[in-house]
Amino acid sequence: MIILTPKRSFTVPVGGECISPDTFAAKSTSEMANLPVWEGNKKRALGHLFRIELKTAPSESLTIRIRGDAGRIRRIGAKMSSGRIVIEGNAGMHLGEEMNGGAITVVGNAGSWAGSRMKKGTIEIKGDAGHYIGAAYRGSNKGMNGGAITIYGNAGNEVGCFMRKGLIKIHGDVGQFTGIHMKNGTIYIGGDSEVRAGAQMLGGKIVVLGRIPSILPTFTIDDIKSRVKIDGEKVEGPFYRFLGDLAENGNGKLFISQKQNTHLTPCERFL
Amino acid sequence: MNGERIDLYICDGKVVEKVDERKAKVIDASGMMVMPGGVDIHSHIAGAEVNAGRLLRPEDHVKDVEAKTAVTRSGVGYSVPSTFTTGYRYSRMGYTTVMNPSMPPLEARHTHEELNDTPMIDKAAFPLIGDWWVVLEYLQDDRIEECAAHVAWIMRATKGYAIKIVNPGGLEAWGFGRNVAGIDDSVPHFNITPRDIIRGLCKVNKLLNLPHTIHVHTNNLGRPGNYATAIETMKCVEDLAEEDNPVIHITHCQFCAFKGSDWQTLQSGAEEIAEYVNQHNHVTLDMGQVVFTDTTTMTADGPFQYGLYGLTGNKWVNHDVETETSGGIVPFRYRRKSHVNATQWSIGLELALLIEDPWRIYLTTDHPNGAPFTTYPKVISWLMSTVARKKMLKRISRRARRKSLLPSIDREYNFDEIATVTRAGQSKALGLKQKGHLGLGADADIAIYNLNPKTVDPSIEYKAVTRAFCKPAYTLKGGEIVARDGEIVKPIQGGTFWVDIKLSKPWEPSEDLKLKFREYWTVEYENYPISEDYLKASLPIRVEARI
Repeated sequence: MIILTPKRSFTVPVGGECISPDTFAAKSTSEMANLPVWEGNKKRALGHLFRIELKTAPSESLTIRIRGDAGRIRRIGAKMSSGRIVIEGNAGMHLGEEMNGGAITVVGNAGSWAGSRMKKGTIEIKGDAGHYIGAAYRGSNKGMNGGAITIYGNAGNEVGCFMRKGLIKIHGDVGQFTGIHMKNGTIYIGGDSEVRAGAQMLGGKIVVLGRIPSILPTFTIDDIKSRVKIDGEKVEGPFYRFLGDLAENGNGKLFISQKQNTHLTPCERFL
Repeated sequence: MNGERIDLYICDGKVVEKVDERKAKVIDASGMMVMPGGVDIHSHIAGAEVNAGRLLRPEDHVKDVEAKTAVTRSGVGYSVPSTFTTGYRYSRMGYTTVMNPSMPPLEARHTHEELNDTPMIDKAAFPLIGDWWVVLEYLQDDRIEECAAHVAWIMRATKGYAIKIVNPGGLEAWGFGRNVAGIDDSVPHFNITPRDIIRGLCKVNKLLNLPHTIHVHTNNLGRPGNYATAIETMKCVEDLAEEDNPVIHITHCQFCAFKGSDWQTLQSGAEEIAEYVNQHNHVTLDMGQVVFTDTTTMTADGPFQYGLYGLTGNKWVNHDVETETSGGIVPFRYRRKSHVNATQWSIGLELALLIEDPWRIYLTTDHPNGAPFTTYPKVISWLMSTVARKKMLKRISRRARRKSLLPSIDREYNFDEIATVTRAGQSKALGLKQKGHLGLGADADIAIYNLNPKTVDPSIEYKAVTRAFCKPAYTLKGGEIVARDGEIVKPIQGGTFWVDIKLSKPWEPSEDLKLKFREYWTVEYENYPISEDYLKASLPIRVEARI
């Protein structure tokens, strides 16, 4: 296990893409300390910002533990393919970007773009997360393509933007435009959602257990289902099932809790 | 270039007969190949459209970021690089002169601002004139001389270099959601056909004695069966040629050499075009080669881009420019396994290999439409080596491979011909007398490649050729070493060429023109022209018109 402890609190963003089991593998502490990182516009060595301790553990996979606040550190675990990262505080933006395997756990909150473009692996965030969870890069139409993201707190807008595969589970509330441009995969929302869920979605599944103020007019009610399957697990409903986004000729599915959304009862007459 | 060893003397940015060797700085280029600096006749590097492309493609930039160095600025690539990066990358490849072929006159100010910020290279811009309302009005009344005087004013006002015609008539029609179907289709709201526009502007070009010919992007570009339109377009100015001088340049010819009735039956029309070009001297062409990569297509041909948007479903910018032209931008990925894209790849190379005279076909990728300009070394390797071509042929779509003419073509370019298609021919076509050669009085724009033409066999060692053309040992601009081994060592400004046309009698704007500006343009007539001091390094080329 490698333990990184910030030597001071950071006031400007730090580019932390080297904090990844793939980069740290087979390196001595002094080699790790020499890895270049950008702090704002200054190029520094990792050892300049963190105290690095190496504790050999019997486990095979490499674990990196960040003790302290990493809320300003961006791109932690970017492109990692194996091993484990545990952040005992907050994590900055672009956590696990283009991740290809392994696991990341954040005890605190995570910034925006967590798991953007990820292909494999798991990200677990105990607190809240920002916007664009599992999204595509700005301008691109290739979002998350596999793996799983679990958030126990709330998340912001555009969760799963251009998502192609995989699972995003949010136990708290989410902002607007959940699953925008989504092509496939599953998004589960344990709490409430703001409006415009599934805008321009072509496929995939969004499940909302809590309340949603309204459904986009380009969705059509299809059925009432007593339960829905998420990743092999059954979630009891009943749920309204909406299909859309018809403006894009899409075939995505919105499952909206019937009990929590009594204001949607008028839709039932179209069944 | 052919392994001949000579000494080259440079003084004050020019090639001279002799200098005092004791006082001079000496570059030892023995065992290397020395060529004039590269000249690119057609590359979209600046302007409103390119900039809209930059805004459209953040995902393209994130893959290719360049940090600043002690002498260069930071920037991004890949298919639409930022201005400074464009200059650096050209210079690192041994290019020293680049033409920006599509400048909506209204956006000339923006274009020149960007060209001012594109260092390392000399450049020029071609204003789009083929769909200007006022020009169309003159042409429909057959008032060629007045039209010429008006074009002279546009050139001065926009600091332009040559007449660019894109999908003549089609862009005007696009303003009303339509297009023209061929060169004899009528242009909506005008009593005129694309043929009249091309012929009219060709005559105007001759009256004004412009250094370059008309630069034509044909009608029906990017549509199956359009090779016939391209040949018609070349034919329509056949009688205007004097002696052996070219009168028309058909640009990115690959995109207008499609045979077949639809995408399913698409075939190469390169053979027919090459046959015509081999028999006629009045036309020059550039390849518009496709390379399999992710790029951004951008052209003033708005209706074509709309079609491409429909075909791909990708994001699209419609860039309509008032009464002058139009434009569109769509990101595109050329795929090896797509038979259409693979056929396009084959067509470009077929054109270059079937047209016998290298002085009349030039190497371009229509940056960034076919591929970014950074892929030129790859294209060079395909031109020089059947082995390299065969290797790529094996990897492309089987349908395209079966139809491709490439397996039957044995021709391989030698270094002489490569120098012609990448610099000498292009500068001759552009009328840049001081570029593209190393004779006495030429600009000391020089590329020195770490390649011994005597020992290297480009047919087999094509990878070494690609490497050498990617990173010349030295790039000299105006006699100074600006890049070494693919790194910029000295940033320089680079000038902007424009034609300073002298008419026999001064031209006065009519009240009607001023009124039109007031009614239809967002910029007043008085604010429209760009003054010479707006260009950071102005290089006017004086031209005596025949009128």
